[in-house]
Amino acid sequence: MEKGLTDIFRDKIQKEIRIEPKDWMPEKYRQTLIRQISQHAHSEIVGMLPEGNWITRAPTLRRKAILIAKVQDEAGHGLYLYSAAETLGITRDEMYDQLHSGKAKYSSIFNYPTLTWADIGAIGWLVDGAAIMNQVPLCRSSFGPYARAMVRVCKEESFHQRQGFEILLTLGKGSPEQRRMAQDALNRWWWPSIMMFGPKDDESPNTIQSMQWKIKRFTNDELRQKFIDVCAEQVKLLGLVIPDKDLTWNEATGHYDFGPINWDEFWQVIKGNGPCNKERLETRKKAWEEGAWVREAASAYAEKIERKKALLVY
Amino acid sequence: MHNKTLIDYTLHLADNALIIGHRNSEWCGHGPVLEQDIAISNIALDLIGQARNFYQYAATVSGNGATEDTLAYLRDAIDFKNILLVELPNGDWAQTILKQFFFSTYQYFLYQQLQNSKDAQLAAIAEKALKEVTYHVRWSSEWVIRLGDGTLESKNRMLRAIDEIWSYTGEMFLAASYELQGIREEYAVDLSEIQKNWVQKITSVCIEATLPLPADTWMQSGGKEGKHTEYLGFILADMQFLQRAYPDADW
Amino acid sequence: MSSQPKQEWPLWEIFIRSKQGLDHKHVGSLHAADAQMAIENARDVYTRRMEGISIWAVESKYIHASNPSDAESLYDPANDKAYRHPTFYTLPDEVKHM
Repeated sequence: MEKGLTDIFRDKIQKEIRIEPKDWMPEKYRQTLIRQISQHAHSEIVGMLPEGNWITRAPTLRRKAILIAKVQDEAGHGLYLYSAAETLGITRDEMYDQLHSGKAKYSSIFNYPTLTWADIGAIGWLVDGAAIMNQVPLCRSSFGPYARAMVRVCKEESFHQRQGFEILLTLGKGSPEQRRMAQDALNRWWWPSIMMFGPKDDESPNTIQSMQWKIKRFTNDELRQKFIDVCAEQVKLLGLVIPDKDLTWNEATGHYDFGPINWDEFWQVIKGNGPCNKERLETRKKAWEEGAWVREAASAYAEKIERKKALLVY
Repeated sequence: MHNKTLIDYTLHLADNALIIGHRNSEWCGHGPVLEQDIAISNIALDLIGQARNFYQYAATVSGNGATEDTLAYLRDAIDFKNILLVELPNGDWAQTILKQFFFSTYQYFLYQQLQNSKDAQLAAIAEKALKEVTYHVRWSSEWVIRLGDGTLESKNRMLRAIDEIWSYTGEMFLAASYELQGIREEYAVDLSEIQKNWVQKITSVCIEATLPLPADTWMQSGGKEGKHTEYLGFILADMQFLQRAYPDADW
Repeated sequence: MSSQPKQEWPLWEIFIRSKQGLDHKHVGSLHAADAQMAIENARDVYTRRMEGISIWAVESKYIHASNPSDAESLYDPANDKAYRHPTFYTLPDEVKHM
């Protein structure tokens, strides 16, 4: 029997038929998805914080409105993703517990600080750019609810990268102080963005299985190279310099070569030693704990109303 | 001469919307539950949008190269004309909700009348904003009821919020000099008219929320004429930092 | 203050009619304490870009789903009934507007 189910499952994957929540699936597939989708959701939620920092300091009313809308979109994306994960039999509260206890990870990029306004531009251009590159293939993920959530996310995400690029473009054309600000932001965000694609393929143990299951469509290194190729061209329009002296066009490969990535830093930040790991997690925990009485009150009131309705019926 | 009072009145409306929108936006990323984080950010966006409409109009009337941003970012606290209520710190969710409820209800009745303003532009802005504010009143009054009639803790927090905020409600209906002039010229709203409606709405929601309202107390005022709490200076220090640090830059 | 609420707000499935004359379509889910809040949350979460004009919220526990393993008995029979589909009928090209 079990064999039969596995075959049906494999067959669906092969034929690009989406797996839906009530379909039989291997336990490991379910667990891998829960881990990946919840990490993705956590990244959206924690990702609200570094940019949220600048909402009260945005330099014009237009920028302020755009930034609020953007950070709010991220809350929405987190919500879509938590919902997708919930179809696999885990609750949002359980996922929060995993985040707050440090058991679940989120994208390390959000453990870096936003120091100047230009960081909002750099995050939009690079971090959202890298995220989009990761996410577009996920719209074809083999798990239906995940794929559908990603379609919605990608549709909404398209303005995020544009607003970031526009910020940097404006700064690039601005005063010497503004250009310095923009270059400094690029210097700090470039390498962490490159690391967002995850470890090198030969050090990414889950990649092969995830590719077979069509949860993942491209390897980390493939996506990383694609991102670098795109950015190396776009940066020319900004009049800024990517902080990698080895970045050169390679005629033979048709790609840009790039310098060595500091993987030690990557693993340190994942381990919790990034500049803002503690602060980000504390902020999330604080919001959650301070909201407990609000959530309880709303539940209590809803129950009260239900009881009153029941009394009216009988 | 007329212009000066019209500008002041428009700035007063703009400042109210901006400062409370700014306060709401402080919740973005820190709300008690994801869905409500999104809800309050939406309200922040509505209010900042309203502020921009009023500032843009004030800038047009002012001329002299004024823009929505010079008005929002280059005036000092003594030039801001918002009521004190909107600059109070967010406190907990109870205080934020109560502030929003008092203010949105005020805005609702105010904009309703402002739609009939002799000034076509103010009337148009009010008409558009009224749809948004109708939702803000609904959202915030439901939360007042939920928290007032929820748990013992939520009730106590609401009682404390009323205690903290009530004395800032009187200023809403205390006409500033530019409002009196505007009423005479029929572009501003007569506040004594809307006060009755406001009291009625607040009372009925608070009864449903099982929350007693205080008897008459001393009311704080001054914001409309530029005499603010200490909080406003800190809001502006944050908000205006970049414009002040890099004068004349484009963003 | 108890750090862990007894239970989280229930999950709701959200259906939105994007245009008068169209069906309500499932757009996703969210958490809310009651139906009223579910509809308002849906407005804030799923119509931030004016995507809808009518919202349905159904508590997820009241959704009854067919079992995927029954799919063959439920839907395959319809597969044979090609005559239900308009393209089953070959008409001369001269027939327009049908």
